[in-house]
Amino acid sequence: MSTTFESVSVGDTLSELGYDVTPTTVVLGALASRDWRPMHHDFKFATERNGVRDIFLNTPNQAAWFERYITDWTGPRGRIGRMKFRMHDSVFPGDHMVFAASVTEMSTDETTQGWATLDIRLSAGGRVCTSCTARVALPSDPEDNPWARRGDRWKP
Amino acid sequence: MTDSAAELPAEIVSLIGVPQHSATADFTVEPAYAHNTLAATENANPIYWDSSVADDLTSGPTMPLATLSLWMRPHYWQPGAVGEQVALQVHFDLKARLGLPEAVMSDNTLIFHDPVRPGDLISHQQVLRSVSGVKTTKLGTGRFWVIDVEYHNQHGDLVGVESYTGFGYQRSGDPASSGEADQ
Repeated sequence: MSTTFESVSVGDTLSELGYDVTPTTVVLGALASRDWRPMHHDFKFATERNGVRDIFLNTPNQAAWFERYITDWTGPRGRIGRMKFRMHDSVFPGDHMVFAASVTEMSTDETTQGWATLDIRLSAGGRVCTSCTARVALPSDPEDNPWARRGDRWKP
Repeated sequence: MTDSAAELPAEIVSLIGVPQHSATADFTVEPAYAHNTLAATENANPIYWDSSVADDLTSGPTMPLATLSLWMRPHYWQPGAVGEQVALQVHFDLKARLGLPEAVMSDNTLIFHDPVRPGDLISHQQVLRSVSGVKTTKLGTGRFWVIDVEYHNQHGDLVGVESYTGFGYQRSGDPASSGEADQ
């Protein structure tokens, strides 16, 4: 099943996603994104050089978590056009990170593609660690497929 | 945050808007490697796991969107390489040229165009868009900069654009209460 444009309204909220972050979460995500920087796998480097309390989630892995959270909601026909996020604080092992979001805008472009804009917050321990705005193409009906759009018909 | 009107060196000004570090990956897009990202985030989207869904919706397999930069990130080591191999070389160039030993990434924008597919060979170029005046934040004193990265496949099709905002600085106080420290 996929979320359709007609089924969504401004103000709708997405189900929260909670996840317990472990050192493996951080290291797996960093290496999966080919990010070899030591603050994502070396405790001593992170604590003694960077001055933080532990290794922490890297940027591309956070993008991947946002992608997962968004497409959990849209289903496979949902197609992300863009994501913009700002990192305010780090996510560490031992954190219970929580993704929450609301729909802030619904629009249709000149190609008739319908878009939802999401305001997403990644929080841990009451801290908003990362805020993200995402623009997501939704199918107009269960048979529509935004992935079929190419060239001038895709305006992310 | 406080500002200073210290002038930007001319050698940095001359780089703004100029494509740098144009390169083509020395490995092709590999689905099994992309599955590490899906595993790391427990992403069960069937377009990445079920070939019949991929055939139906995306005309065959595609890579997770958030792996856009993955295909241009260098190996940790390879024959002939000297020193640490880093992604986003413009960022590290700026740190060195401006004498700013620490840096954080604060913002990341990803725009997704044609999907990346198995076997693609990705090329990119990095463009420095702006460098701020001298700023003092709770991290220290330094400059913000914006770097765009454009990614194309072997057919010349645009597959995505990323934009990073970094802050390079000299430490003063608590070094890492904001953003993602990179060094």
